[in-house]
Amino acid sequence: MATEVLMPALSPTMTEGKIARWLKSEGDAVRSGDVLAEIETDKATMEIEAIDEGVLARIVVPEGTDHVAVNTPIAVISSDGEGASPRAPFTQLGNGQKRGPAQELRRERLPPPAPPASAPTLTSSAPTAEREYTGATRIMTVREALRDAIAEEMRRDDRVFLIGEEVAEYQGAYKVSQGLLQEFGIRRIIDTPITEQGFAGLGIGAGFAGLRPIVEFMTFNFAMQAIDQIINSASKTHYMSGGQMTCPIVFRGPNGIAARVAAQHSQCYASWYAHCPGLKVVVPYTGADHKGLLKSAIRDPNPVIFLEHELVYGENFAVPDDPEFLVPIGKARVARSGGHVTITAFSRMVKLALQAAEELEKVGISAEVIDLRSLRPFDTETVISSVRRTNRIVTLEEGWPFAGIGAEIAALIMEECFDWLDAPVRRVTSKDVPLPYAANLERLAVPQVDDIVAAAREVAYR
Amino acid sequence: MAATRRGKPVGVAELEASPKELPGFYQDMLLIRRFEERAGQMYGMGLIGGFCHLYIGQEAVVVGMQAVLKDGDTIVTSYRDHGHMLACGMDPKGVMAELTGRRTGYSRGKGGSMHMFSREKNFFGGHGIVGAQVPIGTGLAFAHRYQDNGLICATYLGDGAINQGQVYESFNMAALWKLPIVYVIENNRYGMGTSVDRASARTDLFHRGMAYGIPGEQVDGMNVLAVHEAGLAAAEHTRSGQGPLILEMLTYRYRGHSMSDPAKYRTREEVDRVRTEHDPIEQARRRLIDGGTDEAVLKEIDAEVRKRVAEAAQFAQDSPEPDPAELWTDVLVDA
Ligand SMILES: Cc1ncc(C[n+]2csc(CCOP(=O)(O)OP(=O)(O)O)c2C)c(N)n1
Ligand SMILES: [Mg+2]
Repeated sequence: MATEVLMPALSPTMTEGKIARWLKSEGDAVRSGDVLAEIETDKATMEIEAIDEGVLARIVVPEGTDHVAVNTPIAVISSDGEGASPRAPFTQLGNGQKRGPAQELRRERLPPPAPPASAPTLTSSAPTAEREYTGATRIMTVREALRDAIAEEMRRDDRVFLIGEEVAEYQGAYKVSQGLLQEFGIRRIIDTPITEQGFAGLGIGAGFAGLRPIVEFMTFNFAMQAIDQIINSASKTHYMSGGQMTCPIVFRGPNGIAARVAAQHSQCYASWYAHCPGLKVVVPYTGADHKGLLKSAIRDPNPVIFLEHELVYGENFAVPDDPEFLVPIGKARVARSGGHVTITAFSRMVKLALQAAEELEKVGISAEVIDLRSLRPFDTETVISSVRRTNRIVTLEEGWPFAGIGAEIAALIMEECFDWLDAPVRRVTSKDVPLPYAANLERLAVPQVDDIVAAAREVAYR
Repeated sequence: MAATRRGKPVGVAELEASPKELPGFYQDMLLIRRFEERAGQMYGMGLIGGFCHLYIGQEAVVVGMQAVLKDGDTIVTSYRDHGHMLACGMDPKGVMAELTGRRTGYSRGKGGSMHMFSREKNFFGGHGIVGAQVPIGTGLAFAHRYQDNGLICATYLGDGAINQGQVYESFNMAALWKLPIVYVIENNRYGMGTSVDRASARTDLFHRGMAYGIPGEQVDGMNVLAVHEAGLAAAEHTRSGQGPLILEMLTYRYRGHSMSDPAKYRTREEVDRVRTEHDPIEQARRRLIDGGTDEAVLKEIDAEVRKRVAEAAQFAQDSPEPDPAELWTDVLVDA
């Protein structure tokens, strides 16, 4: 009996991969557990093992082939006539009826990454002056932009170090710190035990002592173990000491909703941290902003919460080369200009807002998309002046509605734009439930482009 | 206080005759192995999403321990939980259907691989946050003591989790109040990509309760009989009111940390060596045969296990996704 070996999904976000190498040749005998091939995914090179015994009858997809979709047959194993084996062959597992999960994952990859709608900007020493960047850029992933930002700042300042789980030898759980251990060594790229409260507090102490720690949380879900240190020790000490003590520290890592990892691993903490005085909170989307804002965060004398997004790490953008390229904390960016409705978004939701704006254009609604980039300080001016022109606003976030960022913006608009409004503020948020695992429920729980379009049409009365 | 080692890792050849529990252990371990292999396959096909942490290689720990628990004793563990659920007697169909996110799953599709529970089987999860289950297990033990019901709690944690602060807060309370709990450290040598010696100042984890006077013991976690023997003594100790105990099970996970782990932090030879020399299932099989068990009996067990797993896989694919209305249910209990 012949069994097809299918291209496996080796990570929650993988939709396709490359066959890097076949380790078995046609005609080779294979036993369960033998490594058949090496596959390059968006994150790593992985080995795939044989599950059944037999002979590698045919290699369907030769090595070197890229963009092989998950579930494509890549080889055929014929079992050596031991037909009594009650184990169902690989292909009998309902190959034809695959549903939700795989499609759900594919959805994350929809359009080719949009280039930044407005040119990246440069500031010199004055942190609020944002000038247009005209220097050289390179296309790179957000993951690489973050790594470059860290590396550049570490080259510039010996006080900067990176500490967290799996940041060194493993090269980062999401491969953000790739190569850093090799360049900077174990003094400055530091693997920790799984002790978030401990290493966050340690970072704060080192910051008090004059170092410039970058504390990576594998994801911000695990920063909840450390949130007491972040709020009670990092955010309040400058104030409590009458200005004597400072804590220049960056807490960074992926935030928000990834793919199918369920309630304890999917949550947006933007409003949690934005609530607290004494912190800066940064929520970038584009590659240039990731790089420029992380560099600003590292140079900032305050504790900065830097919220990234797993599903954005792999997106490509043009990113400035200049090691002095900085983006000021506290400035929003008009990602797309429009006259009929303002849409505010941050982090991955900017992408959805831009997609929605395109849909809206088809029905004659011109949407202005504001990428907030920072939540603390908040760029009230950019938002207010936009709403005073469009007279309508939809806020978008991955967090929950109650006491969320949208609620804060709604209050701001009521205070500052009451007389300009032609429709009530509309909020698009995740549903007010812990995030479910099932593919269909997850889709319902998280904001989709259609939800944004519907909200914008509602406030535009069209 | 006692801190000892039991059943040093042994080669297959050193095993003695087989006791009466062994066929059952063999079957239970095999069920976990086959179930996990199938789950891995289904993940590769996109039928299971998100994180999925397989228990392959560690089967002897939970099977040996479960056999010392009584009806009503409670169990809590981390996200690497499929084996624990099967060992508790939870239905493979319901577990697999949760993995595929279907309405017939234990959490009706809302929890997934890392978050499953069974009140009926006293399985209290399935927790995704490293270390969080340890105070929770301590609380289960607190409730047993409070109700004076003669029950105990088995709380499982990893060699990585052992460094979380809340573990020591728990140890202190459990010792202070002599709570009926066995902390089972599943030392599979790695927390994700970090080996024990790169994460722990002292690697003899069974000593970790020493500051609180909690006795600890190191056990060959690849030998189901050694696990069982150590578990029996520990359960008796804590059930009789003498307070908590730590069992450090030396074990190994064959697969990556989760499905997306390329596992470059260890060599293929290392994995192969454990597999060929210490595999818990192979050890039990050899021992059964040496003790006179007919190969045909083992083949029957094998066939039975494969059938159950195949049924579970089919069930998990045929079951419908949750009703969209389920999105809004279960947030709060109606009061
Ligand atoms: C608080 C917290 N930090 C980090 C993680 C990410 N994480 C998940 S499992 C894991 C390794 C745990 O290793 P160990 O305790 O040895 O258990 P094993 O996976 O080996 O069973 C890490 C770092 C998490 N889930 N929770
Ligand atoms: Mg471990």
